[in-house]
Amino acid sequence: MNRRPFDPRLLRRVPAARRDLALLAMLGVVAAALVVAQATTLAALLATAFDARLDRPALAGFAATVAARAFVVWAQGTVAARVAATVKAALRADLLGAVGRHGPGWVAGQRAGQLATLAGRGLDALDAYFTGYLPQLVLSVTVPLAVLARIGLADWSSAVIIALTLPLIPVFGALLGWQAQAATERQWRRLSMLGGHFLDMVAGLPTLRAFGRARAQVDVVRRMADGHRVATMRTLRIAFLSALVLELVATLSVALVAVPVGIRLLGGGIALQTALLVLLLTPEAYLPLRAAGSRFHASMEGLTALNDAFEVEAGAPAPARDGERGARPVPDGRGEIRFESVTVAYERTTALRDVTLTVRPGERIAVIGPSGAGKSTLLGLLLGFVTPTGGRVTVDGVDLADADLDGWRRQLAWVPQRAHLFAASLADNIRLGAPDTPADALATAVRDAALDEVVAGLPDGLDTVLGERGHGLSSGQRQRVALARAFLRDAPVVLLDEPTARLDSASEAVVLDATRRLVAGRTALLVAHRPALLADVDRILRVEDGRVMELTPAPTGGAAR
Amino acid sequence: MSAARDPVPDPTGRAGAHPGGPAGPDPTLAGVAEPADFDVAGPATVDPPVRTTDVNGPAGAGPAGAAERVVLRLARPYLGRLVGAGLLAAATEFAGLALMATATWLLMSAAGRPPLDRLTVAIVAVRALAISRGVFRYTERLAGHDAVLRIITDVRARVFAALAARRSAPARSGDALSRLVSDVETVQDLLLRVLVPAAGAVLVSVVAVGGAALISPPAAGVLAVGLLVAGVALPVLATRLTRRSAAELAPLRGALAADAIDLTHGAADLAAFGATATALRAATDRTRRLARLERRLAAAGFAVDAIGTLLAGLTAGAVVLVALASGVPGVLVGVLAVGTLTAVEVALALVGAARQRTQLRTGLTRVAALLGDTRARVPGAGPAPREEPTPGAEPMAGAELTPGVASEGGTHDVRLDDVTVRYRAGAAPALDRMSLDLPAGRRVAVVGPSGAGKSTLAAVLTGAVQPGSGRVTVGGRDLSTYAEDELPRVVGGLLAEAYVFHATVRENLLLGGPGAGEEELAAAAAAAGLLDWVREQPAGWDTVVGEEGSQLSGGQRQRLALARALLAAPPVLVLDEPTEGLDPAAADAVLASTLAATPAGHSVLLISHRLTGLAGLDEIVVLDAGRVVQRGRHGDLVATPGWYRDQWLLQEAAERGYLALAP
Repeated sequence: MNRRPFDPRLLRRVPAARRDLALLAMLGVVAAALVVAQATTLAALLATAFDARLDRPALAGFAATVAARAFVVWAQGTVAARVAATVKAALRADLLGAVGRHGPGWVAGQRAGQLATLAGRGLDALDAYFTGYLPQLVLSVTVPLAVLARIGLADWSSAVIIALTLPLIPVFGALLGWQAQAATERQWRRLSMLGGHFLDMVAGLPTLRAFGRARAQVDVVRRMADGHRVATMRTLRIAFLSALVLELVATLSVALVAVPVGIRLLGGGIALQTALLVLLLTPEAYLPLRAAGSRFHASMEGLTALNDAFEVEAGAPAPARDGERGARPVPDGRGEIRFESVTVAYERTTALRDVTLTVRPGERIAVIGPSGAGKSTLLGLLLGFVTPTGGRVTVDGVDLADADLDGWRRQLAWVPQRAHLFAASLADNIRLGAPDTPADALATAVRDAALDEVVAGLPDGLDTVLGERGHGLSSGQRQRVALARAFLRDAPVVLLDEPTARLDSASEAVVLDATRRLVAGRTALLVAHRPALLADVDRILRVEDGRVMELTPAPTGGAAR
Repeated sequence: MSAARDPVPDPTGRAGAHPGGPAGPDPTLAGVAEPADFDVAGPATVDPPVRTTDVNGPAGAGPAGAAERVVLRLARPYLGRLVGAGLLAAATEFAGLALMATATWLLMSAAGRPPLDRLTVAIVAVRALAISRGVFRYTERLAGHDAVLRIITDVRARVFAALAARRSAPARSGDALSRLVSDVETVQDLLLRVLVPAAGAVLVSVVAVGGAALISPPAAGVLAVGLLVAGVALPVLATRLTRRSAAELAPLRGALAADAIDLTHGAADLAAFGATATALRAATDRTRRLARLERRLAAAGFAVDAIGTLLAGLTAGAVVLVALASGVPGVLVGVLAVGTLTAVEVALALVGAARQRTQLRTGLTRVAALLGDTRARVPGAGPAPREEPTPGAEPMAGAELTPGVASEGGTHDVRLDDVTVRYRAGAAPALDRMSLDLPAGRRVAVVGPSGAGKSTLAAVLTGAVQPGSGRVTVGGRDLSTYAEDELPRVVGGLLAEAYVFHATVRENLLLGGPGAGEEELAAAAAAAGLLDWVREQPAGWDTVVGEEGSQLSGGQRQRLALARALLAAPPVLVLDEPTEGLDPAAADAVLASTLAATPAGHSVLLISHRLTGLAGLDEIVVLDAGRVVQRGRHGDLVATPGWYRDQWLLQEAAERGYLALAP
């Protein structure tokens, strides 16, 4: 994992943040100067107070530096938060854009969930990094230097001691950090096992209940949680001990500076004001280093999210330029579709092997076969979601690999197995990709998809806003929404992926009727699940183990080749 | 000046209450809008609960205050430890304050060139304070963490007991689970990051004012005002701002989360319909609006921190003025000034505590609701036992329960009379006035299209779902009269979403039959087709299967769950898709060996979407839309037009490569 405190890719990827980051660095310098100024004025104020006099200019100066410090604190926080907001907005937009460029084939399954979380809450972890850690990191450089310079001017022998002891903090910090880390890693397996136990038990509660063991586990949960406590405490003891050592190192360093100063003061070798300045400033030199170190842990989450985001974007193909896009040919959907020795191999499996296939215009073809055999991959190739690892797919003589995919997809109507419905109005869900559809065309598509009865039952009809992922509609209703999308598209080529899977018989009948209307007069490739779909097709293909065979439907049963 | 505000490394890696709080409330607070209750009470719902747009959670301080009382009640057995930790926190801060004050006194006195022996005590005190501050902090953190982890142990056990006490609960989504776990940890944060530091700050503030009053009452008065502003007014302001920020940010964050889901989960739909660019534009607009809002809120949030800095300086300045005016000796003016700066910074810790507390509110309320709800029923849980288990030693309950089958004579006839189940009011029934007989010893398959009610039937029989109307009897007794631990010994088996625990294969299997010996394990594993795999593993039965069984393939996971069900061997064995995830040949073999391994006289209810291998069963029941539409033996059903015949022909076609379409 990247453990550097600042990821330089940030400057390259989010140029908008550069100015604010520079401002943040500058504020760090100003803040350091103010730390010095405040100690200087306070020392002057107290030195005169020693003689029971009030040094008005020093008091005014002190008040002014305090006010300026307050302003810098505000400015640092605000600028840091601005950087965080800018970076998050830029990364979110880039991340979601990268998802589009990677294509749906890449984003399927578990990865979709991870990406959605990363783009959502994941990146919010950057707040802690930018507002908590980064300003502190800047201060850990500027403040010790400023303090050193100021004390050097006032009393160079103290400055020498500080300069010699200051490196002890990072050195000890690193040494102890390694020790603590080694100790933690030894404990890690044990800790994660004990810590995960509670989650494991809660997740498995229905199973425990099914075996009548739920109540019996309460004691086990308690024992394991207690084991977790004991193991955690063992780790914490080491971690806290290293913090204690660092604190003592800092304290002793301060003492090393303060003792000679005190002795010289007794001997009259140093002015009270200088001595006070040294006393007030010396601890400030050690503080930011330790503070930055201690906040690093908390900021790791943000850095990890940052790294993840950069990696997703790095893998994505560059966005196509408009000029390039125009040059690509758009295949005509009314032409012939040919698969020429197409092989699709994934990392572990081969979905299709050497498939050659011709779909003539207007042909309706059913695809059957066991699940996982490669049926959906066949449709994915036509949609351009999947690219062949061998061979090619052509439409009307144009290789899909060279085609303008957006133009080609405009001639496709796709009804997936489980359409994604968006958190928008039902009408917008149907008008996906065609937001300017006139109301009567929408109404026709709704009627054709047998969605009208569903719409009638909704509180706001077509304007009803669906929940996240189309929450509120049943599987059958969702499938009809997907069909309405396809009807509205009115495309020459129709791709259906088991449109009636997961439906009960009543909904199936309705959806089947609508499917038949949709397919009529178009080139259609339908992955079939129920025999009812097979009745009206011209050809039937069977996919098994990545190979495609043709079946001849026999009216009264019998074996095919 | 800021010697008291020492950095606190946080090895637990949890983010502290940084001033960025206003811009970044706890993730559990944003985006995931969910009612405050845990959604555990109702029957298993098919869909996740409706996401509301009201994201503010329980409004006002009332519920949060009540939640804190629930948590504090749990902390009562450990009150001594907590008070100790609070005192140590105060001692740490006090040592820091005294260190700066004494050092200043020492230095300024030295300027008067007194004889060295007059300073000896102070010199020793400075050294002692410097070292004791570190030691105090170390012990405080150890004591605090120890007390809090003990309380967390209790909370975990109680939360689990509360969940276990419910008769039925839905399987939760991964999100809801991790939220539950992080909610429990909010208790830890409340105590460690809010209560203990706040107690320390308050104590030190009181001591500081008292000490200042000994030197100069007017200066003490000024200090008291400064501390009140730092410790009361600013925290109140910070709480307001944090709360307002959360309320303003949450809807936008929620909407953005929905956008992210649409653009990732819906990527294929968007691409196919050429709508990716539009959706991306909408999401980008929203991220910009969110960024603008975050910037605006941060400006207000950090103003509180700026006021705190200003306050510390101004109070110190005012103390110097007042002290000089009232004739305090010069040395003590210095002590007062430096002490004031330090004390106000200690009191400013209350601002961070207030922010932290505001962010914990939602999680705490959920924990309290869960605990409060079942407090009466949960057996009293005292301090945890002392012994320390070795990892993996007993993640499962021991074998103290009566082993295996409890065939208490009598028959195990199962009857359903007019049973109706609805998951949501107004929704189509999952079981629609279903009546079904399952005489003891009979082997029945239940088939039908998805959503026909097959899994609901299994859930009703095992008591996971209570019917809305109608009656279920087993052995003539109403199902609801069976005790919670009694029913699984009569009706049980492999249910949908069987969970594989992060433990050894043996422990996972023993859950089914706690007393089972090696031979019984082997027999069950053999019937489920798992034995060969177990023998291949270097650790054999003690192979640890990963988190949620992730080190197993889907097929092995299924076999493990099946073997566990076979080991339990209840007189009424319910098997919900026992061969799911296996390839057809393996599925046929496992089904056959499973049926062979079930003792004669035991009833079997087999739920399946595959129709192969059902020929040997006594009866096949076809469900559709929650009703029985066909029943009979395989041969009869294949000969009769209907869903079964259609499905059989298609499966044959798909699996064997020929097609026999009906005319």
